[in-house]
Amino acid sequence: MITTEPNSITQPKAIVRTVSSARQLQNNFMAGLIALGTGIVLIPLFLITGQVVVNGISAMSLDFFVQTERQMSALTGGGGVLNAIVGTILMVGVALIIGLLVGIGTGIFLAEFSEHPLVPLIRVMSDVLTGIPAIVVGLVVYGLLIATKLTGYSGIAGGVALGLIMIPIIVRATEEVLKLVPNSIREAGLALGLPRWKVTLSIVLPAASSGIITGAILGVSRVSGEAAPLLFTSLGNPDLIWSILQPMSAMPLSVYNLAFKALTPAQNAQAWAGALVLMLFILGTNIVARSLAKQR
Amino acid sequence: MSNPFKIDVAQRSISEAPIRLEAKDVSIFYGDKEAVKKVGVSFRSNTVNALIGPSGCGKTTFLRAINRMHDLTAGARVSGQILLDGTDLYGNGIDPVDVRRRIGMVFQKPNPFPTMSIYDNVAAGLKLAGEKNKAKLDEVVEKSLRGGALWEEVKDRLKAPGASLSGGQQQRLCIARALAVDPEILLMDEPTSALDPQSTARIEDLMESLKQQVTIVIVTHNMQQASRVSDTTSFFLVGDLVEHSPTAQMFTNPTDQRTEAYISGKFG
Repeated sequence: MITTEPNSITQPKAIVRTVSSARQLQNNFMAGLIALGTGIVLIPLFLITGQVVVNGISAMSLDFFVQTERQMSALTGGGGVLNAIVGTILMVGVALIIGLLVGIGTGIFLAEFSEHPLVPLIRVMSDVLTGIPAIVVGLVVYGLLIATKLTGYSGIAGGVALGLIMIPIIVRATEEVLKLVPNSIREAGLALGLPRWKVTLSIVLPAASSGIITGAILGVSRVSGEAAPLLFTSLGNPDLIWSILQPMSAMPLSVYNLAFKALTPAQNAQAWAGALVLMLFILGTNIVARSLAKQR
Repeated sequence: MSNPFKIDVAQRSISEAPIRLEAKDVSIFYGDKEAVKKVGVSFRSNTVNALIGPSGCGKTTFLRAINRMHDLTAGARVSGQILLDGTDLYGNGIDPVDVRRRIGMVFQKPNPFPTMSIYDNVAAGLKLAGEKNKAKLDEVVEKSLRGGALWEEVKDRLKAPGASLSGGQQQRLCIARALAVDPEILLMDEPTSALDPQSTARIEDLMESLKQQVTIVIVTHNMQQASRVSDTTSFFLVGDLVEHSPTAQMFTNPTDQRTEAYISGKFG
């Protein structure tokens, strides 16, 4: 008894150890590979962020946020991007109105009336809209609004272009979250003798609201970084403009212009600082969207 | 036969009431499949009527046809007549929305509206139908919550989310919500199957008082429940209504052999 006992314990242990070390090696190798892949993905992120911060931080000052591009001077320095910040807020606001109205409406149609024969067609069209290059959207809006003289180069034209880009994002978000609302909730509403549209708008839609808000914020963060659709629509403007009927700038558009026109190292830094402000704004909206999504 | 006196009493008290709901030759199809076959049955005013039978016998299908919830199921079709106070609910020009307003429903799983408070859950039916008078809403909410035997438990936290209640309380909230639109008929689709025995007992007690204001049709898997709460029982088997009798008679002296086999636990 005394002699066999240690044997019976050590023998299986030895077997366990050999299996474990072979597996351990394989496991470590794969884990290393995955870590390497993650590292490779993160390198460009840190490079871009680092470069923008290093080059732009020197131009970040209070003046940069309260003065306009018009006040910039190669000789005396100064000036800022207030015109672009206001322009972005106005045009993204227009885009949000269009995106929410059309996007939520279409999302409801796709999710709540899925038996309708037009649903597959509209879903495909919405997906295709996601894939259309932003510059093409800008050209289309130019053709529809500006070439026809419905509007001039203006904030409203820029907002419409951004809105068209936002629509499919909100459509998809709305459709997905509405499908997550359990059918028992719809039945409960209908069983109270409420018409279907009222059940959808007053009971199902509120149950999905946080997901739709998340989608809208992601849409805002996507379009606020777009310069291409604004080139032929809002055109850009070094002055602070509050009327959406006039040409106006936006953050990405100003970054583009500043980078082209920079004559001095100080002006070059202003272009980088513009990029930094844009990045921080998009980072901020993404964080808000994610924390809202988590609350659900 | 074993206790004829008791049966007579049960039958007499039920037969005094006028007929509220009547099904004539009702067949219900899913595509080509006939799930309910030529069912004829009538339910009297202010009674509790149980529908029993093994799974897939058509009892829930029949229940959902009564308030036209079946209109929502793709491929479902109903033939025959279902009459509420003599009016065919499937007649021309009848709006299913109106039918559902008069025939309330409580579901198998409690389904309070997730974004709404206890108060708003109960008020939803009236509010969304356009009732704006705050005093009227307050009154209806209290009356309905009392009707659902929930008022004492929630009167101090009407603003709390409906989903914060326990399962049994949520189901009574759903009963209160259905009562708030003042229906004439209340359909209950296995209302206690997701609840613990204590909550089940509370809802069974509640049904006794509910039948003062509504006529109840309840689907149940639980034969003890049917015998405890109902005045009449209808036994369904693969789409056929085998037997419809006063509950006391059904459980002591069923006329059909299949009924006797089912209630004595030989199958199902």
